[in-house]
Formats: sequence, C-alpha cells, structure tokens
Amino acid sequence: MREFTYTITDPEGIHARPAGLFVKEAAKFDCTITIAKDGKEVDAKRILGVMGLGVKSGQEIVLKTEGKDEDAAMDALCSFLQENM
Amino acid sequence: MKQNGKSVYSGIAIGPCRVFGNKDQMVKRIKIEDAQGEIKRFLQAKEQAKSQLAALYDKALNEVGQAHAMIFDVHQMMLDDLDYVESVTNMITAQKINAEFAVATTGDNFAEMFAAMDDDYMRERAADVKDISNRVIRILQGNDTAGELGDQPVILLADDLAPSETVQLDKSKVLSFVTRRGSTNSHTAILARTMNIPALIGIDFSEEADGRMAIVDGQSGVFILDPTEEELSYYRKLQEKERDQARLLQELKGKENVTKGGKKIQLYANIGGVGDVAAVMANDAGGIGLFRSEFLYLETQDYPTEEQQFKAYRTVAENMAGKKVIIRTLDIGADKQVDYFGLEHEENPAMGYRAIRICLDRREVFRTQLRAIYRASYYGNIAIMFPMIISVDEVRQAKELCHQVQQELQQEGIPYQQVELGVMIETPAAVMISDLLAKEVDFFSVGTNDLTQYTLAIDRQNPKLDSIYDAHHPAILRMLQMVIDNGHKEGCWIGICGELGADTTLTDTFLQMGIDELSVSPSMILKVREQIRNSSATA
Repeated sequence: MREFTYTITDPEGIHARPAGLFVKEAAKFDCTITIAKDGKEVDAKRILGVMGLGVKSGQEIVLKTEGKDEDAAMDALCSFLQENM
Repeated sequence: MKQNGKSVYSGIAIGPCRVFGNKDQMVKRIKIEDAQGEIKRFLQAKEQAKSQLAALYDKALNEVGQAHAMIFDVHQMMLDDLDYVESVTNMITAQKINAEFAVATTGDNFAEMFAAMDDDYMRERAADVKDISNRVIRILQGNDTAGELGDQPVILLADDLAPSETVQLDKSKVLSFVTRRGSTNSHTAILARTMNIPALIGIDFSEEADGRMAIVDGQSGVFILDPTEEELSYYRKLQEKERDQARLLQELKGKENVTKGGKKIQLYANIGGVGDVAAVMANDAGGIGLFRSEFLYLETQDYPTEEQQFKAYRTVAENMAGKKVIIRTLDIGADKQVDYFGLEHEENPAMGYRAIRICLDRREVFRTQLRAIYRASYYGNIAIMFPMIISVDEVRQAKELCHQVQQELQQEGIPYQQVELGVMIETPAAVMISDLLAKEVDFFSVGTNDLTQYTLAIDRQNPKLDSIYDAHHPAILRMLQMVIDNGHKEGCWIGICGELGADTTLTDTFLQMGIDELSVSPSMILKVREQIRNSSATA
C-alpha cells in the first residue's frame, strides 16, 4: 500500500470540475484508491463521495493506493493533484 | 386559455412553457413484483439520460467552451457513481418499489448531504444531484419531452426572477419571460429589454403550464396557453411582420447618428456583463455608456478579486477596440443584494446604504475595483462613473482614491492610462448642484430610473404605482435641461443611461435640449438611431 498526504492549494477546493477529472484519472487503475479528509475515507473512483468530502483550499487529504498497479496509480494521481489542485 | 397582463417589452413569442423554480416532479411510491425488471428499467433510463447529457456537453462545448461544458460531464459521472447506482438498486430490491421512487429518494438523500455542507459552492451541488435524478425520472415516466425543454428555447414562467437567477440563466434558451410579480422596472423587465424578447408581468399562470404550448404577445400584454390553430396562424403572421421590421432596422447599421439638421451625438449601449458585448457589436453601438459592474459581485460567493475584475474589464475594453467603455463602479444595495456583503435589512433600501455610500465606507472593496479598472485602462478606452452621488465631497473623496490608486500603480510599475471621470445624475440633489459637480468631472450620465423614483417619490418595485409612474413628467425633463445647461457651462458632456434614453418618443426632445450621448439597451440602438436620423435638431 502507498500513502501520500497533500494540501489542496486550488482556491476553490475540490469543486465539481476537478473532482470529475480526478475521479476519471483514478478510474484508469485497477487497484483500490481512497482519499480521506479528517479521518473520513471515500472511494476515489466515486464522484459523489469525493465531492461529499467538501475539501477546501488549504485542507489536507490523504491519498492511498493498494493493489497490483498501486505505484503507477500513486505516481499518476500525485502529479494530477500537483498540477490541478 | 387567454390571460391579460402588463407588457414590459413588445414582440411575439411562440413556444413551449417552462415553469421556473419548480423542477421537482411528483413521484408516487408503487409496490412492484419484478425487482430485476425494475432495475433493468432504471439502468436503461440511466443510459438514455447519459446520452442526453453527452449531447448537451457537445452543444455547450461549442457555445460556451470546455470549462463551462464540464458540468455535463460531471453529471454523467454522477449517474455512473456506484454509491448512487447501488442506492437505487438496493432500494428497488429491498423495498420492492418502483424505479422512479427509488431514484427520487436517492436524489433527495444525496441532495441533503450536499445541502448540509458548510460551503456555499457545495450546497449548490444539491441542485446538480436533483437535476440528474429528475432527468432519469422524466425518462422513466416516458415524459421525455419535458427533459428536452432544457435544450430547446422556452417561454419562461416564473413567480419573479432575482438578479442572481437571471445572471445564471442560459439566455439563448429563453423566448420570453412571463412573471406573476415584478414591475415594469424590475430586473426581469430590464433583462427582457437587453435581450430584445417579449416579456409580461402580472400573469397568474397555472403550474400545470409546464411543457405546454403558449403564445406571448408583448404588444397587447396577452398570454395564451394552449392556443387554437387560428390563434397560432394569426400570431405567426404577426411575428413574421415584426421580423421584417427588424430587418429594416438592420439596414441602419453602419449609419451615422446624425440629425437632418447636422447634429451628431454618441449612441452607446448599456451592458450587464462580458457576454453582452456580442450584442453591442451586432447592433453597432459606438461604445458602452453603462457597464454595470455588479454582475461580478452577483455571480460570486465572495468578493471578486482584483484579478477577476481586471480580466473582465480588460476583455470588454479590448473587444471594444478603442471605443469608449464607461464602467459604473459598484452599485450594490437597494434591490441588488449580495449575501457576503452582510448588509443589514433596511426599511427603505432605495434610500439606504448603497452604491457610492458603501464604496466610500468600505474603502478596500472600492480600492480593489478602482485598481482593476485602472489596470484595464491600459488596454482600451475606459471611463469611470460613480453612482448615487449627492455631494461634491463624495466626488472629491472618490477622485482622491483614484489618485492614490494611480500613484500605487506607478510605484509598482503597472501600466495604466488617464481615464475620464464622471458622475451619475440620479438624485434630485445631484441635479440641484450640477453646476458645482460639473467643475469636478468630465461628464454626467443621467440615470433616469432612480432620478424619476426619487423625484416623484414613487417606489419602482411597487407594481401598484406603475400607473402613476410618469417617465415623461415635466419635473424630470426640466431637471434634464438644468443638468445639460450646467454641464455645458463647465465643458462637460452629458448623456442619459436610464431607460428613458431608449424612449423613442423623446429622442427628438433630448436632441433639442442639447444632449450629447444616449446609452440604451443593445437591442434599442438601431431604433434610436432611426429617430435621431429623423430629427431636425441642429448642431
């Protein structure tokens, strides 16, 4: 399992548009992917859950990948976060 | 069925109705036997909803660009979300209920989750979940024409429309506005004039009108639901005649705003946002005489940043390519409310804490706007005007702030240009001291809506008073003459940017009085030009 903590810098937080792009990116991988905020963990491949976290700018999220392609998923999602959020 | 109301803008509209603000359908809970069959129905409806959304996405992509079209992509993903799908299918299996009810309940549950969040933006997402659920329900109910209503132009029926609602409307999908409340000076009315579409107020329509055909006759103030064949053919002919008239007006494009007597004036357009610039160009306006900057504040959940404002002003200045763009500084308060300003409730808001009064009190808000405007000035021909002025001192304070902003920009090495400064003449006080104000500024722009309301002591939001609201009252015309004379003595030019400026029965009068500029809704430009060219006023 791999884990990565990231602080959202986008002034609008994870709003609908980036959440959609993020979920699409996550769906490309077979492994289990979750994101969590303040201990509440959701499936990163489900948009309603990701939006439901209500992550705002300046807040920390913990990204976890677990499974066969966990390394590739972590690399792709980390760079996605850094570029878009 | 025929109903009479009051017309706020003429024209003919024929099309299906859409009852605005009442999108929830009534869904009955029905016991079913075949859960698997019901799940299959749901999955099929979901796929159909997705293909509708995909078509909407493509359409939006062409019309408004990728950033705005993305919401339809997100809607499709929501429909595919496993939490959503599992909630619906579990409900069908466990409770043996119909798909419609399961979708409605699931939609409500997720909407509640969003509605309970502590973030304005996320709270609004409740509407998205309801929206996709309603789409699926419409398909399940075989009521699919209603689903298409969002994609095809409609006659919009509403109780009344708030400014923040009109901002968000997809205006290309509205044929006409019909409201129960509102007055001839309400925002719906102003919007209809900007968009050049017929609008009626005071029509107590039935909620069941949704999806049914109707005719709006903006000339005589008639709303006809479920018109007969004769009525349809009569109005189609009338509509054709009006289009001919519009074509005639198109022939005036590119012609000068000059009277038979050789007097030339400026004919500018009023706009309420960046999106209106296209209409300004299409109607051949010589510039923008009133750029209402409020939209920047109404569209957002928090104070718009200097950067956001700068971008909007710069875009308009650049698009107008050297033609004048007069930006009216923030005119919030009164009937235009924004939550994050935290304005207290007032008994008499029209005379309350608004416009320049807020700006001079909350200097940082004002300073941010002025910095954005001065920065944008480098990219075009911008002028600034201050609303709701009642004293020389206010003008001096505003000018001092402009001066400070220029000094700051200079120190920071940010380019800007000198801009013309003007004041709105919309209070009787400003009229009476217009000789003194003229010494302070480069131009006056008369805001006739507020000036009339304050002079006649008539609340423009109260439809009961529409019958005595006389826009041609001699008091207003005398005031206008006084302002023109006082302004000219000090070398100011004088314009009108209120609704009266577009009143073609007065165009000749204004020209005889010596007006230098008229600023009207884009759709009125050519009609006013026709009047100017028929006038005999001399230079």
